[in-house]
Amino acid sequence: MEQQKIIDTIKMISEEKLDIRTITMGISLLDCITGDTKTTAERIYDKITRRAEKLVDVADAIETEYGIPIVNKRISITPVAMLAGADQHPDFTVIAKRLDDAAKVLGVDFIGGYSATVQSGMTPAEENLMRSMPEALSITDRVCGSVNIGSTKAGMNMDAVRIMGEVIRDLSATGATNAMKLVVFCNAVEDNPFMAGAFWGVSEGDTAINTGVSGPGVVQRALAKVPDADFAQVCETIKQTAFKVSRMGQFVGKIAAERLSVPFNIVDLSLAPTPAPGDSVAEILETLGLGSVGAPGTTAALALLNDAVKKGGIMAAERVGGLSGAFIPVSEDGRMIEAAAAGQITVEKLEAMTAVCSVGLDMVAIPGDTPATSIGGMIADEAAIGMINAKTTAVRLIAVPGSQVGDMVEFGGIFGRAPVMAVNTASSAHFIGRGGHIPAPIHSFKN
Amino acid sequence: MQTIITVVGQDKVGIVAAVSTKLAALHINILDISQTIMEGSFTMMLLGKLPEQTDFKQLQQELTEFGQSQDLTIRIQRQEIFDAMQSL
Repeated sequence: MEQQKIIDTIKMISEEKLDIRTITMGISLLDCITGDTKTTAERIYDKITRRAEKLVDVADAIETEYGIPIVNKRISITPVAMLAGADQHPDFTVIAKRLDDAAKVLGVDFIGGYSATVQSGMTPAEENLMRSMPEALSITDRVCGSVNIGSTKAGMNMDAVRIMGEVIRDLSATGATNAMKLVVFCNAVEDNPFMAGAFWGVSEGDTAINTGVSGPGVVQRALAKVPDADFAQVCETIKQTAFKVSRMGQFVGKIAAERLSVPFNIVDLSLAPTPAPGDSVAEILETLGLGSVGAPGTTAALALLNDAVKKGGIMAAERVGGLSGAFIPVSEDGRMIEAAAAGQITVEKLEAMTAVCSVGLDMVAIPGDTPATSIGGMIADEAAIGMINAKTTAVRLIAVPGSQVGDMVEFGGIFGRAPVMAVNTASSAHFIGRGGHIPAPIHSFKN
Repeated sequence: MQTIITVVGQDKVGIVAAVSTKLAALHINILDISQTIMEGSFTMMLLGKLPEQTDFKQLQQELTEFGQSQDLTIRIQRQEIFDAMQSL
């Protein structure tokens, strides 16, 4: 091993904040269904605490031995709305509480999967779960929920969109930090290890390990070393860096799976920022030559970054999955926070950016008096981008109670802080109130 | 178990002697060693073989504390991670 390579690796970890963002154990709960929600909740608790008993210890040991920070230990589960079985009046909050208990006993950071997939239509249980979200996610600390309201194959469930607008408003009213635990998706993926949108789809196996890598700082530093490079060299630099980062995710995931005696599933090749200096996706875009994120050229810069990350990472891992791309949350990215506070980036520009990167309007604070129908409109817009372009898009909005545009909201830790951003005040009420279903788009004539 | 041990600090007399004495006391066999001055700092890299049944966490803590007492940053990491990230 050459000296320089050893030094490079150590620098990536110690100075450039390279880390494994998450080791997420996916656990199927289909075998816990009893037909009575209370009994099911106990079986869920038992299965999760048994399967993930050693998850945190194994992750900590890997961190110590290999010197790689593993920031989060998480669990994703079968969408809870599917666990009602024959129970005609399921109380899903009982399950939410036992999930929270399990997370706390195990010492995992989050359990994701208080979820429903309703792109084609809602069962009574699914609607029940969606309407229970403001309560379930406010009486628990570590439970995350998500709802898939649309897909390229099924179209968009506009009744679900309307309900989720109301749910986000009501959940936000219980406290801004509670709303961080809810994502509304179009084209949700079944093996996503990242929160708040993780769930373990029914097509997955019983239990498996997934990893999510991060490393915006590593990419930014690599690009800063080639300030005059043309775009071919820029893309090559990103690809080479993404390769190394993804190899680390593959390596750590494989070892964790071996030690836990479960299969290794996927590596999610993502650039996930934190508010810490030098850990910003927005800063990468600025290093490419933009005065600020939000400047004309931002969408193009993000497109090339996202594509090059995938190209570099895909060969490094045996199986790639999850969201895999660059995340552009507002509150969790130091430079993005500054740009939003300075008015350099708006909700509309963020929406355009989501057409070319993984996920969508993420950790965006909006005024507390934003009507539920406007939130529904934002969900529908984001989902339309995903539906038409056959990609995952998502909305994680926080309608901060009592806030006005420009106020700064603190979420704490890696969730950061966000300025409350302006939302177009023209009404979406009649549009969202129509109800029904937007049909799936045509898969040809792609213009 | 093979590990990469890196030692970084301000250059002074006796660093190699002090570190290798400490490693010997911990029963770590040095398989390869290189030392240079990089960006103004003394930088040493060792490939070490640990005895079977080593408590990695305790060993790491002991080396960290020893490093602090000598004004050095000492890291110990299993070798495989470097191979995984840096070679095809």
